[in-house]
Amino acid sequence: MKIAVCIKRTPDSESRFKIGASSTSIDEAGLKFDIDDFASYAVEVALQINEKQGPGETIIYAVGPDSVQETLRKAMSMGADRGVQLKTDSVPHDGLAVAKALAAELKTGGYDLVLFGKHAFDTSSGIVGTAVAELLDFACVTAATKLDIANGRGTARRELEGAAETVEFALPAVVTIDEGIARPRYPSLKGIMAAKKKPLETKPAQLGEVRVTVKSMQLPPERAAGRIIGEGAAAVPELIRLLQTEAKVL
Amino acid sequence: MSNILVFAETRGASLRKIALKAVTAGRALADASGGGEVHAMVAGPSGVAAAAQQLGEYGADVVVVVEDAALVNFNREVVAATLAARAKAGSYRAVVIGFSAQGRDVGPRVAVKLDAPIVTDVTEIGAVTADSLTVTHPGYANKVIATLEAKGPLVVVSIRPSAITAQPAARTAKVETMAPAADPAASRIVVKEVTEGGKGTIDLGDAPVIVSGGRGLKAPENFKLVEDLAAAFGNAAVGATRAVTDDGWRPHSDQIGQTGRQVSPQLYIAVGISGAIQHLAGMRTSKTIVAINKDKDAPIFKVADYGIVGDALEIVPVLTKAVQEAKAGH
Repeated sequence: MKIAVCIKRTPDSESRFKIGASSTSIDEAGLKFDIDDFASYAVEVALQINEKQGPGETIIYAVGPDSVQETLRKAMSMGADRGVQLKTDSVPHDGLAVAKALAAELKTGGYDLVLFGKHAFDTSSGIVGTAVAELLDFACVTAATKLDIANGRGTARRELEGAAETVEFALPAVVTIDEGIARPRYPSLKGIMAAKKKPLETKPAQLGEVRVTVKSMQLPPERAAGRIIGEGAAAVPELIRLLQTEAKVL
Repeated sequence: MSNILVFAETRGASLRKIALKAVTAGRALADASGGGEVHAMVAGPSGVAAAAQQLGEYGADVVVVVEDAALVNFNREVVAATLAARAKAGSYRAVVIGFSAQGRDVGPRVAVKLDAPIVTDVTEIGAVTADSLTVTHPGYANKVIATLEAKGPLVVVSIRPSAITAQPAARTAKVETMAPAADPAASRIVVKEVTEGGKGTIDLGDAPVIVSGGRGLKAPENFKLVEDLAAAFGNAAVGATRAVTDDGWRPHSDQIGQTGRQVSPQLYIAVGISGAIQHLAGMRTSKTIVAINKDKDAPIFKVADYGIVGDALEIVPVLTKAVQEAKAGH
């Protein structure tokens, strides 16, 4: 199968973040960037489908500045065949503008399946995958926790609030991937060497009009320092008293 | 003055709580943009029209009922097409939906159909003018709060369920009917099966109280203690850490944290949870946090308003009994 995986380069989620001088972005100094967690699950899913189904091609796309080339190489070192950078100076916080750039590129690709992460850690918006599906007029499943492809059709499971649904869909399709579906493989040394020779193409991104912008960013208010009220079951009456009289939640 | 179109989510023929929250957010948006009307669309099988009254009680002026026997399960393609068709037909300032499993599917599709900008997982709605709408949206797993501006006369706004409290705003909604704008039989995606969680359980996004368990419970069967404590509150949902859901003690959908659900209940009780940064990302905006853990240096105690150091297996049953007594005393 011909599978496209659209990935994003995001900072390590365990970082301590600071707001940048412009106050409209984070301070990137000292942060480690890598392929977004959910996108790495999507790469793994694509590789597994093509390994299972025989001859296929896995092509990785990323929108962004030249720093995304390193992230594309990472996905190629996991086993993807080639990478495409859709070049922009920065990635806007406008999912629709980004989706238009990807859809313009993907529409002539003849893809059976286009995979995304459920959302990216930084913008946490979950827009691009579904918007690409609509732009391409593909079926779409979001936040899949299981995915099977057979005979030109797909079956996926997705979690609902307090329930789960199993859906069947026609190909071509967009599927966005939730965690728990597959553990991303570590690139082997051989994979890393091979990735250096795989094709990586750079094209200008045809972003849609950017209509959503960041006006300001701030860190959430710190919680007041924690308080230990006692030890063991003997502290329960004091807890009940505080929940009733101070927190007023009981 | 412009109107607001709201998607009122259902499961089967029943309204979901997010529907009322979306109407509340729609009401606030309509008032902020000069006092327009709130139009709520509800789509489902026969019987779904009964939702109109409740939507009115929460501030809908018009309820657009899309009733079709084929809509027994959520049909994202039909809902998106019908919402977009309605949005095109009226002079709306915004389309409001929930950032839920359904909303993830519907929102971006509607935005593309309308070529309207979309903002998702919105926790607060700010200033609204004729061509600018400002919202608050947490990113970086709630570690950074962004203020976003969406430019345009029509914007799709998807709201975080746990950030909004449904507010009654008694109106009597006028009911209109509308046919689906796409043929349900032509959908490329079909729901084969819906497996419900336990009957009568409250969703994590709706629950005012959440009792969560972690590895400190030592064994999956000890989650019974957490369930009993939740039952004592009566309005509580049960959550879990990723360690516990990865080990299969609890379903993946119960996971609270950076990659799971992000919640902000009135009261969050962390039982046997050390407080890894990924877990804190999912619950640190809770109003009051209680932690029970045997390690006094566990990071959870840094965010807990009230911490008790000790063995959860010994403390929780005593707490459950005390909560039952406190509830009975009211």
